Amino acid sequence: MVLRKEAVDLVKNICNRYKDEPSPLMLILSDVQKEYGYIPLEVQEVISKEINVPVSEIYGVVTFYNFFSLNPKGKYVIGVCIGTACYVKGGQNIENKFEELLHIKAGQTTPDGKFTIDSLRCIGACALAPALSINGKVYPKMTVDKVATVLKEYQDKE
Amino acid sequence: MVELIKSEALLDKKIATCVDKLDKKFSGQDGMRHIVVCGGTGCLSSESKEILEELERLIKEHNLEDKVSANVVGCFGFCSQGPFVKIYPEDTLYHAVKVSDVAKIFDEDIINHKVVTELLYEDPNTHERIQKQDDINFYAKQKRIVLHGSGTINPENLDEAFGNHSFEALKKVLHMTQQAVVDEVLASGLRGRGGAGFPTGKKWQFALNQVNEQKYVVCNGDEGDPGAFMDRSILEANPVNVIEGMMIAGYAIGARDGYFYVRAEYPIAVIRLKKAIKELEEVGLLGDNILGTKFSFRVHLRLGAGAFVCGEETALLNSIEGKRGMPRPRPPFPAVKGLWDKPTIINNVETLANVAYIINHGASEYSKIGDADSKGTKIFALGGKVKNVGLVEVPMGTTLRTLIFDIGGGIVNDKKFQAIQTGGPSGGCLTEADLDTPIDYGSLIAAGSMMGSGGAIVMDEDNCMVDVAKFYLEFICDESCGKCTPCRIGTKRLLEVLTRITNGNGSMEDLDLLKSLASTIKTGALCGLGQTAANPVLSTLAKFYPVYVEHVTDKKCRNGVCKKLITYNIDPNKCKKCSMCARNCPVGCISGVVGKEAFKIDTKKCIKCGTCMAVCRFGAVYKK
Amino acid sequence: MSKKITIYIENRPYEVDDGQTILQAAKKCGFNIPSLCTWRDGKCSLASCRVCLVHVDGARGLVPSCAYPINDGMHILINDPQAVTARRTSVELLLSNHYFDCKSCNKEGHCELLEVAHIVGARPEQYIGAKTDTTLDEVAPGIIRDTSKCILCGRCIEACKDAQGISILGFENRGFKTVVGPVQNRSFSEVPCIQCGQCTLVCPTGALMEHSSIDKLDKAFADKKLVIVQTAPAVRAAIGEEFGEKIGTTSTGKMVAALHRLGFYRVFDVNFGADETIVEEATELVKRIKDKVPGPMLTSCSPGWVNYIEYYYPELISHLSSCKSPHTMMGATIKSYYAQKHNIDPKNICVVSVMPCTAKKFEITRDGEAVDGNPDVDIVLTTREIARVIKRSGINWKSLPDEQFDDDLIGDYTGAGVIFGVTGGVMEAAIRSAYYFITGKELEPVEFKPVRGFAAIKSATVNIAGHDYNFAVSSGMANAHKLLDEIKEGKSKYDFIEIMGCPGGCINGGGQPYVNPAFLPNEDPDILDTYKEKRAAVLYREDEGRPIRRSHLNPDIIRLYKDFFGEFGSEKAHKYLHTHYNANREKFPKIK
Repeated sequence: MVLRKEAVDLVKNICNRYKDEPSPLMLILSDVQKEYGYIPLEVQEVISKEINVPVSEIYGVVTFYNFFSLNPKGKYVIGVCIGTACYVKGGQNIENKFEELLHIKAGQTTPDGKFTIDSLRCIGACALAPALSINGKVYPKMTVDKVATVLKEYQDKE
Repeated sequence: MVELIKSEALLDKKIATCVDKLDKKFSGQDGMRHIVVCGGTGCLSSESKEILEELERLIKEHNLEDKVSANVVGCFGFCSQGPFVKIYPEDTLYHAVKVSDVAKIFDEDIINHKVVTELLYEDPNTHERIQKQDDINFYAKQKRIVLHGSGTINPENLDEAFGNHSFEALKKVLHMTQQAVVDEVLASGLRGRGGAGFPTGKKWQFALNQVNEQKYVVCNGDEGDPGAFMDRSILEANPVNVIEGMMIAGYAIGARDGYFYVRAEYPIAVIRLKKAIKELEEVGLLGDNILGTKFSFRVHLRLGAGAFVCGEETALLNSIEGKRGMPRPRPPFPAVKGLWDKPTIINNVETLANVAYIINHGASEYSKIGDADSKGTKIFALGGKVKNVGLVEVPMGTTLRTLIFDIGGGIVNDKKFQAIQTGGPSGGCLTEADLDTPIDYGSLIAAGSMMGSGGAIVMDEDNCMVDVAKFYLEFICDESCGKCTPCRIGTKRLLEVLTRITNGNGSMEDLDLLKSLASTIKTGALCGLGQTAANPVLSTLAKFYPVYVEHVTDKKCRNGVCKKLITYNIDPNKCKKCSMCARNCPVGCISGVVGKEAFKIDTKKCIKCGTCMAVCRFGAVYKK
Repeated sequence: MSKKITIYIENRPYEVDDGQTILQAAKKCGFNIPSLCTWRDGKCSLASCRVCLVHVDGARGLVPSCAYPINDGMHILINDPQAVTARRTSVELLLSNHYFDCKSCNKEGHCELLEVAHIVGARPEQYIGAKTDTTLDEVAPGIIRDTSKCILCGRCIEACKDAQGISILGFENRGFKTVVGPVQNRSFSEVPCIQCGQCTLVCPTGALMEHSSIDKLDKAFADKKLVIVQTAPAVRAAIGEEFGEKIGTTSTGKMVAALHRLGFYRVFDVNFGADETIVEEATELVKRIKDKVPGPMLTSCSPGWVNYIEYYYPELISHLSSCKSPHTMMGATIKSYYAQKHNIDPKNICVVSVMPCTAKKFEITRDGEAVDGNPDVDIVLTTREIARVIKRSGINWKSLPDEQFDDDLIGDYTGAGVIFGVTGGVMEAAIRSAYYFITGKELEPVEFKPVRGFAAIKSATVNIAGHDYNFAVSSGMANAHKLLDEIKEGKSKYDFIEIMGCPGGCINGGGQPYVNPAFLPNEDPDILDTYKEKRAAVLYREDEGRPIRRSHLNPDIIRLYKDFFGEFGSEKAHKYLHTHYNANREKFPKIK
């Protein structure tokens, strides 16, 4: 995959944003993940040249942290919280229901690129367990039978 | 035009003005009504932002901007009863407010000064409607000193932070020697609130002893224990207080730079922290020559990226340094060789949030709170099967019984209490027998658990403790960094054994294997995550041994949780033949005839999802 | 001089130097605490394998002796039951995630995991469970990676960074899914790896090794080819170690004798090829200087180094000598001159080079390493591989007599050829001849010592015919790249630079015998600091003992040119003995 010039410029600008910071890699990767959507090897090569860190180290960092993704995520990222408080209130069942309805497992993206299911570890809404977050919007006190309704909300969208 | 606060005199003037303004706000002396809306993540997800926006819209619509104000505040703590709306000066607290209730609050209370009774909290025992927050039992046993500004001040308004006396402590500290500051913190008895409970003053002393031009203060905001949201709430409610604590720490050890490391999963905390830092920089309270002294301090913000292990001190440092979050062997300790190999102290958010109070009120005042082992208060995120889920701050020494049954309101649906897990995946469970244990570092360890960062999950009779241990182990395996052998491979093997047991394929030898392998992992792992990874297993093995044995010899899960060991059944006597269960069954394993034949589950096809039980209105479905 | 302190091991006092780890101090007291992830004799460690755990009074839990510093009065217990159990458990856990084909694994006899397993008393099949998904990369000609044997010690990552500064290997993923490998878990041939094999020298198990070519050798014999073997100079400096000789023992005679006893048609010395390289390269240098081609000229006999310049400094390729490396020059000569003179069809000849090098397995597949459809060299075997073949025939090394290489039209060699195997050797050999080509007089004394030794960068100035010429020598890309940066910036003051891919030169090549103190009880405890010098000394001794020490005086070379190539640097010499390079190598090609 050859990066388009706009993509290379975007990445270089992000690197430049942090040129005065010591050890800026995590800052750069966070912004690239947010603004470019994912961090493939070709993007890592650009970063490597800009900040003089070997590609293997960058790759090791990208694959270590949950937030950084080598592949593009779906348009809607369904984050099911399976932290303890949500787990003891049935969070796993909600994740299973999404998996069942979308025919993918947690961590995967639907073939049409619309949905990704992410298992989250505690988003801090424990009082409203089980919690669900879709693209940042939190749905408190989820239940298994609400899953289909919530999903339809997004399936109807573009 | 931002006015710089570059001298003590200017700071004094600023604080005096703001304290006065805030007092007048709460007392009504400014002739206004003030509405505050809880902006903690929990309430925000229940549309508290929309509630605030609606209030602001109504205020504008009625041209009442100079008579009524509305702003966001931090977490009230009583999360299961949110969203909260509070009105000053009457000190009226409305709970479980919906956007559709806003019009009513506005018309009845704001316009007509009539309290909306049905939105007041109802005491579950007396059924009384309570107007004032302090009269609610949930708050009665708490001592909210760290959470003092939480639910009171606007975390996005620096003036309200001054109104809450922020920076008085820093001002005081600038007149003390570095050693005097360290001594004060040491004398207070403050211990690390991140979980390990290491005396904070001692840690600062190690760093002060190092001779180095460059030192760092790092604030560990990577609160990763699932079920813990204390640090998030503190940062969302009163970021200035934590910054002040960090600055005092920096002064004490001789550091010019502080780094916050906050979970990326806490966007609101990050936004509020960034805003606070920016505004403090603008007025000159961060940067060079603070208050005209030689003390300079800069605060930087780094985000996590979804790795629980980065809550471990040295893994956190590696993460800031742009590396994989893999811990470092110690010694050398961070106080000697830390961030970029410079002397560094790493303190938890809650720890730093205690510092200003200690300086302002004095170590001896502070150490009057708590018990002999542990001084001050501890914030707990009480969750799970307890009625009052939320954030509580109690003096050390409060018993577990008080926490769960008094403040916590007891078990939901009045089921039977089974255990409370403290310390998250590094902790252990405490049972009925431990309920009168005082909450302090030593007592909790002696009882078979640990303080941890403050997550406290209550479990009832419907939880299987073997399953709970397995849950925590799955978490650990997921989050293990993979560096050292005992954690990377050992915890995986432990999980495999536990899975065998919960699937009905375990043996008595497996129980011995669990114990021996768990003990070795404890002594051999490189970092705290690995060393404590086996705690939930060891703790549940010790306290619930008969349950383990039952899983192994009888292939039975008495709490009805472990899927392979339970079956779902329909009581033909209770079955009303409505077919609700069959229609909702995802695998179509329930058969019967509507109105004629009782429904029956084919246990071989059943996937134990529990949907039938959830949808049956007649309680005919039961687990065996 | 370090301060002396007292430590106690099992309650007995020992006086040791301060500033060491428990592992290092204990070793000096006579305790070799088993460990796996430390390397460089304990100077470097991730402290991750948890095999070296010991008990220390006052410490919480057990401590890793490889990373824990000693202090005065420390009480250490190695035989503590908890520590013994913990060490054993760590190994048993590693074994539970390991693939056992020990009997056929090429690391057998040198596997540190197996050795440590014996020492700690690891029980078989103690923790049976799932294994991490494995990858077997046998694509690159030089080195292979088999993650089913990897114990994630991280040594290879450090070695690549340390020797070459290119960090090809790294950790990927997290937890149980962690693997060590090139990015995207690619093959070595899909990343800018130079296949130097330094990683294979430090790997404690069979996870990283050379790509074995023994089966190719067997096939050549089975196909009834005339199998001609030739050995690089560095091989003789170390091969004896594979048979229990002390490091630094001259093994040339026995090596030749062993090869004679394996059925090879001829046993030649690659040093003849080295002499060819010198006469061609010195001629090339003189011509470049005369034609005022912008310098410096860079040597080209190290394929690891050539890979490096192609990937990382393609714009400097014009500085590379166009000479092939000694063994391919010799192979080309065998399949042309030698074959013709003996009336043999070159297609029936199989040339086998025994090299201290893994990159040479890649080199022989390069475009430009074949003439008229005949590959210069057909098979490369490392020193370690030929030792295996010798052992396979049951040859008793100790009873071998000293024998001489074959000299059949070709094969005679000078001392200049011998010293190719150590850093600075090519430079010294080249100067011996270049001096003569320019001045018509011989360089006296014949030794040129300023370019000897193991400093990161060595330089020297020689006045030849009234003009000062500047020479530099470096090995290992972590050192050498500085010289290249100078050239790139136009600041280089050198006329000729020798660069070797492996730190210290071929004596420390990726194909050489493993130097692991744990397996070398008869060596001095500081052998890791002295083995390079000891191996180099073998070559310098042989150089001193040669009757002819200047390449241009080799009578076989003189006859070769008279009869076949003509002048040094002639068009015919270029056809057979020179090659070309690729400035367009993709660092991360698209993978299917």
